[in-house]
Amino acid sequence: MTATETAPRTPVAPSAAARRSGRSSVTGGLLTTLTWILALGFFFPVLWMAMTAFKQENQASSDPPTWFFTPTLDQFQAVVGASGTYVANSAIATGVSTVLVLLLGIPAAYALSIRPVEKVSDVLFFFISTKMLPVVAVIVPIYVIAGQLKVLDNIWTLVVLYTAMNLPIAVWMMRSFFQEIPAEVLEAAAVDGAGLMKTLRSVLIPMVAPGIAATALICVIFAWNEFFFALNLTASRAATVPIFIVSTMTSEGLFLARLCAAALLASLPVILAGWIAQKQLVRGLSMGAIK
Amino acid sequence: MTAVTTQAGNLRRAQAQRAARADKHRYSRAERWRRRGPLLPALVFTIVVTQIPFLVTIWYSLHSRNLLRPDSDLFVGLSNYLDIARDSVFRQTALNSVVITLGCVLVAMVLGIVLAILLDRPFRGRGVARTLLITPFLIMPVASSVLWSMAMLNPTYGLFNWTLGLVGIDPVDWTSTYPIVAILMALVWQWTPFMMLLVLAGLQAQPKDVLEAAAMDGAGWWRTFGSITLPQLRRYIELGVLLGIIYVVNTFDQIYLMTAGGPGTASANLPFYIYQRAFLGFDVGQAAAMGVVVVIATIIVASAALRLIFRSFDVKE
Repeated sequence: MTATETAPRTPVAPSAAARRSGRSSVTGGLLTTLTWILALGFFFPVLWMAMTAFKQENQASSDPPTWFFTPTLDQFQAVVGASGTYVANSAIATGVSTVLVLLLGIPAAYALSIRPVEKVSDVLFFFISTKMLPVVAVIVPIYVIAGQLKVLDNIWTLVVLYTAMNLPIAVWMMRSFFQEIPAEVLEAAAVDGAGLMKTLRSVLIPMVAPGIAATALICVIFAWNEFFFALNLTASRAATVPIFIVSTMTSEGLFLARLCAAALLASLPVILAGWIAQKQLVRGLSMGAIK
Repeated sequence: MTAVTTQAGNLRRAQAQRAARADKHRYSRAERWRRRGPLLPALVFTIVVTQIPFLVTIWYSLHSRNLLRPDSDLFVGLSNYLDIARDSVFRQTALNSVVITLGCVLVAMVLGIVLAILLDRPFRGRGVARTLLITPFLIMPVASSVLWSMAMLNPTYGLFNWTLGLVGIDPVDWTSTYPIVAILMALVWQWTPFMMLLVLAGLQAQPKDVLEAAAMDGAGWWRTFGSITLPQLRRYIELGVLLGIIYVVNTFDQIYLMTAGGPGTASANLPFYIYQRAFLGFDVGQAAAMGVVVVIATIIVASAALRLIFRSFDVKE
C-alpha cells in the first residue's frame, strides 16, 4: 500500500513458517481440486453439446440421457451439406466488414493519438456513445430505408452495419496501441524526413501489428456471432450462420443432434481463435483498457 | 520542449506534449484539416450509419405508421409517447431489462472474482483450466441459447432436470415456469468468463513486491486480499460491470430463442418487446417511440457511466 510496506523486514520465525506452509499445502490441494471441479462444470455444457452432435437423433433426446453410444458423423454430414450459402454469407459479412473496420479505424485512431485533432475526448466520447445506442432503437428505420433502397436480404447491407457496429471498438483499441509507441520513435522518423504514409507504413504499422491482430479478432468474433440484424434484414439469399442454426429447429421430428452439430461447427472458428489468442481477447473485450 | 522529451523517454510526458500540441491555437487552418483528414472517413461513416437512422426513429415516433400499410402515415404528435406512459407491458419489460441486466452482471462478477482468484494460484494444468473456463464466452450466443433451452433445460430430456432427479427433485419446466431464471442461467454462464478474464488481468497486474512484503510481514490471505488486492481490483471490477451492462442490456438472442419473451411477456426485455411491436405488430410509430425512450434512459445512465470509463481508460481531457 505505502512505501513503508515494501521495505525489507525480518522474516517470521522458521517454525511458524513451516507450520503455515504445511497447512497451506493441504488448503492448496483443496483449492486446486475446487478449481478443476468448477472449470469442468463450466465446460460441461460445451462437452455435452459436442457429444450430442455425434449421436443419432433418438439418443440425443432420450430420457434418461444417453452417456455411451457409437459416435456417428451423420449429423455433421447433413449440416455441412445444407449450410454452404450461410457459411459463404457469414464469411463475406465477417471478412469484408473486418477489413473495412481496419481501413477506417486505423487512420482514425492515428488522428486521435499520434497527430491528434482538437477535441480528442469529444470524438472518443461520440464513438463510444454509439455503442450504447440500443440497436433496437434504429432497426425500424434501417429496415424501412433498406427496403426503399432495395437492399433487404442483401449481404452488403450486413457488411455496412457490421462495420458501423465494430468501428468504435476498433478506434478505441487501436488508439490504445498507438499511445504505447514512444515519442522518440516518431520524432526519429520525422527527423529522417519520412512523410505521413511512409511513417505509417514502415514505422507505425509494424509496431502495432499485434494490436491490429487483436482488433481484427474482436471484430471477427462480433460479426460472426451477430444475430439481430441478420434475423431482421435477411431472408433466403443473405442469411448467415446464426440463422442457419435457428433453421435447423423444425416443428416436426427430432432435431437436437443436428442442432448441436450445427451449433458446434458454427462456434468452432471463434472457440479456436479465442483459445489461441487469450491475451488479445482480454484487451479487445475491454476496448484496450486492460493491457 | 524537445529538450524535455529527449532527456526523459517518458511516455506520459510525451502524451502530455502531444496533448499540448493539440491546442488549436497553435495550428494553422491547413494543419487542422491535415490532422482531421485521417479521422473524417470513420467519423462520417459512423454518423451516417448510426445517427441518421436515429433521427428517422424520432420522426417515426411522432407518426402513426404501420409496416403493412406504408401510406398510412399520419402525424400524431406525442400520442405515441402518451401511450407508452399508459402501457403496463412497457413498464414490465423495462423492469425485466433491469432485473436481467443487473442479475447477470452481478452474479457473473461474483463468480468471475472467485474463479479469477482460484486461477491466480500456480498449479499444474492452470492454462488448461483457464482455457476450459473461457470457452462458454466463445460459444456463439445463438448456439448457447439453444444449447441451454434444449439440451440443458428441456423438461423431458434436459440434462439439468436429470441431474436434479438424481437428488430427488422433480422435473421443472424451466423456460415456462421460471423463464427469467432460465435466461439468467444461460447469460451468467456466458458472461462469467468475461468477468473472470478482466479480474484475472487485475490480479496479475498487482505489484509483486508489495505482495511479498505483505507476506513477509505475516499478513494473512484475507488481510492481504482486503487491504491490497481489493483496492487494486476496484478499477477492473468497475470496468467489468460497466462493459457487462453495455453488452447485456441489449440481450436479444437468448430471449428470442429460449422463451420468446414468454409466457406472455413475462420474460421479455425492452429490446425484445420493441422488436415484437415493430416486426410482429407492425406498429412502427409505437416501436420508434419506445426506442427513443430507451435511448434517453440509456443516455442518462451512460453519461454517468462514461465518466467512469474515461477514468478507467485514462483519457486525457
